[in-house]
Amino acid sequence: MPVLEVKELRKIYRDTVAVDGISFRVDKNEIVGLLGPNGAGKTTTINMILGVLEPSGGSISIAGLDIAHKRSEALERTNFAAVYAQLPGNMSVFQNLHIFGLIYDVPNLKERITHLVREFDLEKFIHTKCGILSSGEQTRVSLAKAMLNMPQLLLLDEPTASLDPSTARTIREKIRHFADSGVGGVLWTSHNMHEVEVVCDRVLFLSHGKVLLEGDPRALPREHGKTDLEELFISVAREPLPGELV
Amino acid sequence: MNIRRAYAIAFRQFYLIRGHPTRFWQMFVWITVDVIIWGYITKYLTTVVPPSFGVLTFFLGAVVLWGFLLRVMQGMTTSFLEDVWSKNFLNLFASPLKISEYIVGLVLTSILTSILVLSGVIALASLVFGFSLFTLGVYLAPFLLILFLFGIALGIFGVAIVLRIGPSAEWFVWPIPAVLNPFVGVFYPVSTLPDWMRVVSKALPPSYVFEGMRTALLSGTFSSLALVEGVVLAVLYIVLAYAFFVYVYRTVVRNGLIARFEAEGP
Repeated sequence: MPVLEVKELRKIYRDTVAVDGISFRVDKNEIVGLLGPNGAGKTTTINMILGVLEPSGGSISIAGLDIAHKRSEALERTNFAAVYAQLPGNMSVFQNLHIFGLIYDVPNLKERITHLVREFDLEKFIHTKCGILSSGEQTRVSLAKAMLNMPQLLLLDEPTASLDPSTARTIREKIRHFADSGVGGVLWTSHNMHEVEVVCDRVLFLSHGKVLLEGDPRALPREHGKTDLEELFISVAREPLPGELV
Repeated sequence: MNIRRAYAIAFRQFYLIRGHPTRFWQMFVWITVDVIIWGYITKYLTTVVPPSFGVLTFFLGAVVLWGFLLRVMQGMTTSFLEDVWSKNFLNLFASPLKISEYIVGLVLTSILTSILVLSGVIALASLVFGFSLFTLGVYLAPFLLILFLFGIALGIFGVAIVLRIGPSAEWFVWPIPAVLNPFVGVFYPVSTLPDWMRVVSKALPPSYVFEGMRTALLSGTFSSLALVEGVVLAVLYIVLAYAFFVYVYRTVVRNGLIARFEAEGP
């Protein structure tokens, strides 16, 4: 059973089609990259998967649970980190992890927090308010929160955007390790094509709300006559209609 | 209903209140100022009206009970606004937290903060002015129950307004009790009001409390049926406010406002 199955997903705002009937799946042990230019529909798709935006059509199922009918149960098996959803700056690292651990009903919460704080190198900040941490440190706190419930589906919206190259590499390795451990799968958005090539098992190129391409990020550029993923990305971004590609 | 999640919403407020003393003291400031002002006004009035009139309980009782209603409402709205101010919506609403658990968490916060404030104000009024709210006798419990239930209803309504319109609607929330105040006869009998205001007054649960308080003090009794009416009305307002909140939540999930709350509209 896939950890995420999206079928014919659609979102229409009045006369604007933000997401236009996309279908894809994420399996266990897999990191799937959701790529596309700004406004392609990536965040809209993620918001629908997270249950904070109602689709106009189609279905989303997380670990076999339809989010339209079993929202809370499906989201118990999900977690996310996004650059635009930092944790409250007026609470400490421990307090934030404690509150979200309760919300995600994490068993043995204190031990889990201790483990994550160590894993994300946050020990010296544990009683520091998140608002005074650097953006990179805040991202690490968000990632620790995203791992609290050992989610079957982990959604990461540009998780390494504000990290230095060394920390970004460490975080990529941790997320790769998470996927390989067999706990769940990851849906990852990023504008860093080098990172996507290194981390993702499969990518989906979104443009104008449609999936234009899907495949292995290391093989796709060659298949479409491009030298690397970045060139392919630019090509997709500039020529968004499927018929015009290649 | 997962009680652990509702507890998390309430416990977050404990962390916040503990984290900064302004959050603790702001709960007491206005009601304390009101008690002091009305305490001295009544102290003066006791020198010019007959002692049998019970002016102290009339006015200070009204101030404390009205302050309790405000505190119950603000216990909910302030907790919700903390999530607005810290841009925490996406983290909360993209979690397994259910709307009912979120509301119960806000109610728990309100219960704890309002009990704390009520205890403090009763102690202050007793120490400084020799006033005891317990002179209301057996009526005190139903009076507090009606005000508590209606405060919760106002809180849920206020929260729904901000959720629907966006952060700028915060200023709509604070004056809601002030708009209702003239209709419910906090300091004067409802019979003083013109007919149309009396009709509105009849539909507002606090009217039953303040009318009841005056009647009980003057005659020693008050209609139990009126108290039941007040409780039923307050429960009805909670049901309506909750239904309104659920409707607003579904609307903002449909139009995407909850994911982009600071934008105040799609």
